[in-house]
Amino acid sequence: MEDKVTSPEKAEEAKLKARYPHLGQKPGGSDFLRKRLQKGQKYFDSGDYNMAKAKMKNKQLPTAAPEKTEVTGDHIPTPQDLPQRKPSLVTSKLAG
Amino acid sequence: MFSGPRQRGLRLLTHAEWCGVPSEADIISTVEFNYSGDLLATGDKGGRVVIFQREQESKSRPHSRGEYNVYSTFQSHEPEFDYLKSLEIEEKINKIRWLPQQNAAHFLLSTNDKTIKLWKISERDKRAEGYNLKDEDGRLRDPFRITALRVPILKPMDLMVEASPRRIFANAHTYHINSISVNSDHETYLSADDLRINLWHLEITDRSFNIVDIKPANMEELTEVITAAEFHPHQCNVFVYSSSKGTIRLCDMRSSALCDRHSKFFEEPEDPSSRSFFSEIISSISDVKFSHSGRYMMTRDYLSVKVWDLNMESRPVETHQVHEYLRSKLCSLYENDCIFDKFECCWNGSDSAIMTGSYNNFFRMFDRNTRRDVTLEASRENSKPRASLKPRKVCTGGKRKKDEISVDSLDFNKKILHTAWHPMENIIAVAATNNLYIFQDKIN
Repeated sequence: MEDKVTSPEKAEEAKLKARYPHLGQKPGGSDFLRKRLQKGQKYFDSGDYNMAKAKMKNKQLPTAAPEKTEVTGDHIPTPQDLPQRKPSLVTSKLAG
Repeated sequence: MFSGPRQRGLRLLTHAEWCGVPSEADIISTVEFNYSGDLLATGDKGGRVVIFQREQESKSRPHSRGEYNVYSTFQSHEPEFDYLKSLEIEEKINKIRWLPQQNAAHFLLSTNDKTIKLWKISERDKRAEGYNLKDEDGRLRDPFRITALRVPILKPMDLMVEASPRRIFANAHTYHINSISVNSDHETYLSADDLRINLWHLEITDRSFNIVDIKPANMEELTEVITAAEFHPHQCNVFVYSSSKGTIRLCDMRSSALCDRHSKFFEEPEDPSSRSFFSEIISSISDVKFSHSGRYMMTRDYLSVKVWDLNMESRPVETHQVHEYLRSKLCSLYENDCIFDKFECCWNGSDSAIMTGSYNNFFRMFDRNTRRDVTLEASRENSKPRASLKPRKVCTGGKRKKDEISVDSLDFNKKILHTAWHPMENIIAVAATNNLYIFQDKIN
């Protein structure tokens, strides 16, 4: 006796699992929550940032690279330039 | 409002658009009427607060229909950077809550992810003239040249509305603040982040009490977060908080200093056979609001709005489907992250109706007495000043009738997350991305 009627939700779940076979065993669990808790995380060098903010006058700053993707080397990065770092799934034990 | 024999309906009262260079900063992130309904505060992603004031309908202005005009605009929060954790702190205003009015000035609390601020908004319509020590330009007069004394007199001036920060409540939240709620004692308020709830005194900024802490000792064991919290409208010792697992806990501050143990636990039983990957995500409660009476509370999850009787924890007394047709679209809504959208909900003044937003600039209103509901659209094309809003309908399958819109044509970027209802009248405020619409129910 086959159950022919699948709920729309289960049908959607099957679709999702077909596209992402490695999707976590724990649905809606810790992975989501930890990503949520770490929203807005960006890494950069605060020294560089403050120097760029202070607009050093005595030194001629190297011209910024034409493509926005170049954020190291010639270009002094600001928080806005940096791509969001993808949060790792393992939370550092130091993090509050 | 819910259709009837007489010509009655929601008409556009005010439309305001946040614009400049098209930017994300113009997205409205919170909307809140004050206690009298004469003021409407909005916060946006750029950290600004814009307050609208209702025009007085008077004999001297016979054409005014009680519209809302801009009363005050100020920058509440600025973007910050937490150097220690390399965290960007968004200036987006998450919530605004008004304090009850106690004198001529108005006070409100506005919060971003980390800091709550108490703002005083006051009017100045008089200016002193005839100072002795300085002249009209403000320049200091030579004291040896002053030969006579005069008493400065107050002269009327053009109304100036000033906003000044009176208190800054900072450094009490490690995680992102999602709610603030003023207590009925008018002295304290709570602020809630993902894992903790703090109690503040409005006068004291260097101290706050932690009243709920659900952070596990081992973060690997984290299973749920706090999504919203609110004080009871009359009982100053009672508050509720909702979770990402679809549960609500009611706490009584008289029972213990740390309210980790709830007094009541509200959860609707789930049919285990219908459980899917999406079940927990769509059960996450995005908003919780007490009714004005204090007898009920309403919760909003991804697909529905539920009304709970505070005396019954086992299940809600009412469930209203907002956009059930999205259940068959959950896969793509998960992929485009829309499944994580946080919709708010609100009661009308008499608790007889509730309202919440949806996609495609649609919002839904439910009449609890007649059990009727309506879908309306907040958009420029749809809002002619004199015409009343026409009900909209989403076609779920099969033949699409004229005027219906099919599920696949819905614009999921046009979300109505924030709505507010005037505390006494049938006036509603709807925020559609960077547009604010204020509608009034009028009988023709």
